[in-house]
Amino acid sequence: MKTFPSGGIHPPENKLTAEMAIASLPAPESVTIPVSQHIGAPATIIVNKGDYVKTGQIIATSKGFVSSNIHSSVSGKVNKTDTVIDTTGYKQTAVFIDVEGDEWIETIDRSDEIVSEIKLSSDEIIEKCLESGIVGLGGATFPSHIKLKVPAGKKCDFLIINGVECEPFLTSDYRLMVEKGEEILIGVTILMKALGVDKAMFGIENNKPAAIKHLTELSKKFKGISIHALKVKYPQGAEKQLIKALINREVPAGHLPVDVGAVVHNAGTAFAVYEAVQKNKPLFERVVTITGKTMTRPGNFLVRTGTPVRKLIEAAGGLPADTGKIVNGGPMMGKAINNIDVPVVKGTSGIILFPANESERAEINPCIRCARCISVCALKLEPFLLMTLSEKNMFERAEQEGITNCMECGSCSYSCPAGRPILDYVRLGKATVNRLAQERKMQQTATN
Amino acid sequence: MSNLLNISPSPHTHGKDTTKKLMYGVVLALMPALFTSVFYFGTGAVIVTLTSVISCITFEYLIQRFILKKPISITDGSAIVTGLLLAFNLPSNIPVAIIIIGSLIAIGVAKMTFGGLGNNPFNPALVGRVFMLISFPVQMTSWPVPAGFGTGYLDAVTGATPLAIIKEGLKNGESLSGLMEKIPSAFQMFMGKMGGSMGEVAAFALLIGFVYMLYKKIITWHIPVSVIGSIALFTSILWLVNPELNADPLFHILAGGVLLGAIFMATDYVTSPMNPKSMIIYGCGIGILTVIIRVWGAYPEGVSFAILIMNAFVPLMNTYIKPKRFGEEVKNG
Repeated sequence: MKTFPSGGIHPPENKLTAEMAIASLPAPESVTIPVSQHIGAPATIIVNKGDYVKTGQIIATSKGFVSSNIHSSVSGKVNKTDTVIDTTGYKQTAVFIDVEGDEWIETIDRSDEIVSEIKLSSDEIIEKCLESGIVGLGGATFPSHIKLKVPAGKKCDFLIINGVECEPFLTSDYRLMVEKGEEILIGVTILMKALGVDKAMFGIENNKPAAIKHLTELSKKFKGISIHALKVKYPQGAEKQLIKALINREVPAGHLPVDVGAVVHNAGTAFAVYEAVQKNKPLFERVVTITGKTMTRPGNFLVRTGTPVRKLIEAAGGLPADTGKIVNGGPMMGKAINNIDVPVVKGTSGIILFPANESERAEINPCIRCARCISVCALKLEPFLLMTLSEKNMFERAEQEGITNCMECGSCSYSCPAGRPILDYVRLGKATVNRLAQERKMQQTATN
Repeated sequence: MSNLLNISPSPHTHGKDTTKKLMYGVVLALMPALFTSVFYFGTGAVIVTLTSVISCITFEYLIQRFILKKPISITDGSAIVTGLLLAFNLPSNIPVAIIIIGSLIAIGVAKMTFGGLGNNPFNPALVGRVFMLISFPVQMTSWPVPAGFGTGYLDAVTGATPLAIIKEGLKNGESLSGLMEKIPSAFQMFMGKMGGSMGEVAAFALLIGFVYMLYKKIITWHIPVSVIGSIALFTSILWLVNPELNADPLFHILAGGVLLGAIFMATDYVTSPMNPKSMIIYGCGIGILTVIIRVWGAYPEGVSFAILIMNAFVPLMNTYIKPKRFGEEVKNG
């Protein structure tokens, strides 16, 4: 069975919600929809206070090349536009809407019928993705339409679909693959058409046998799609590791997958693309896993964007009394949130509640040079060294040692027996090195 | 909300291994060899081990408490490992006072002066051992013959190690085939029935520890295999060139401290290199130096010196031998 060759870890899977079918979470009384739910420029708000908006109506338009449209997830009156603290912990602008009923825009096909005939051309598909605000739903939220345009002079050989979901706890992609397999594969076919490729490889880790079986069965009806079971290993869901595992090509540091002839999209994104292209439905709701060992009713919910996390926790049985940490995303790469009123956004794949006794960091001891961080690093860096260099402000050397290659998967910190906060320092070093590089560039342009 | 949420950055989960667990894992892996040693050398083995372990822990405590005035870390298990390894490298009839001096050198000089756990360039137990070998050559080289559990401590019957018998004999012009008859058979050596340091004799017990540490992922195969492999290769060449002057590779691996050194001393985290490529170079260096000292040097045994010499190259290797980064050399196919 395939996997990426070097590094990686096996954290406990804890997929508590794997067998919980996706349930629809009703729209709350009010939603807060941030204008930046993607990588790139925040969208420009086009509604005013007091306006009545319908579910699926565009409320903020894409601004610039790397940006995305934002749609209302509910029907109701715009209460205000104001700043809000989002899941990243930073302030940003959001549209506050008071919900009145649930009136969808007429263009959305709300029937259960699966539409498999693809009528749109390649360019029209890309336009539709832009229009519908489709972004990568694996967590990075990069606007999908950009990834569908293969740059001039480059060639895409393979479309790779990421159904790995290697983060512990999360099961939203798994549920979609099991419940919406056919829609996902139509979505994959649409993506193939947009990219002009005839081969798509769908990678799924071997701990999801039901999804592998189901999709393998379905894929017989589709041309060019092959399903690949992968050996379980974190961080296989990282784009570069998945490409290495499936087609044995290494994306060089600072390059894009398309430079080695591959484009990667998430399984959840493929579903969103299906809905946008075949059903005219913009991206305003997604599947979110709400889980935690102390939760009474953990599950997978179809949630409207802008719904406060609080509502989601209530639906899952309420906040356990001993909760010590709430993480947006997976336990390896997610971000802890400091209040439960933050809204669910397009990139929210899961919310995990940790009890207090699992929220504390390990005690920090001296490095014993056991070299585990080196052996688990999927990018074959030397994390202990990068940490030390960053601690001692030796940023030039850190740059030479490849600190900017780090994708922050956290395997080093996870494995360190001395409990050293390796990734904290690597992040700090990375940020500083990037800043210094930018300053250097600006100085150069100034002198030229 | 009444209670504050923890917002430390990712990862939000941590593996189960801790420094303590790894150190106690090594201690456990050393147990088969310790039991065998007690079985062969009796009371002496118990006294030497206890003295060494207790004095190592005590010196670490005293230095941290009164000189460094830092938090006490004797429970992390590293001092116990040093104490055990030092004891394993001593003859079982060595006087207590000498062990205490050795422990002071091991912990005080080789470990704590550099800043304690994680900072010492040389293996503390080996520094202690070599210091004792140079300072007390007579006591350090009078090896009790394994005589069973009932053996007394200081009055044990002593004899030369197989390596010393060969070295002395060859110097006196005896033939190797004649000398081979004076030493235990390969099977006896594998079971540990020969003169030597108390922990190094029983090959099978050390190998049990090796398998345990590999299974528990405490160490990787790279260093032990390259040490043993390079010794086997080098001595095979010498043996094939002149079997009348050079002992066979199996003898070289089973005699003396090769297995103890390769499995437990050379793999010491702090003083060994950190990436697989360097580990193999380091292991081969130890193997080659060991054979050179054994065959051409003044001492019959050279594992300790070989490891200490290679320890000195570790910082250099860590600086100049780098793993090839992911995506550095594009090979697409």
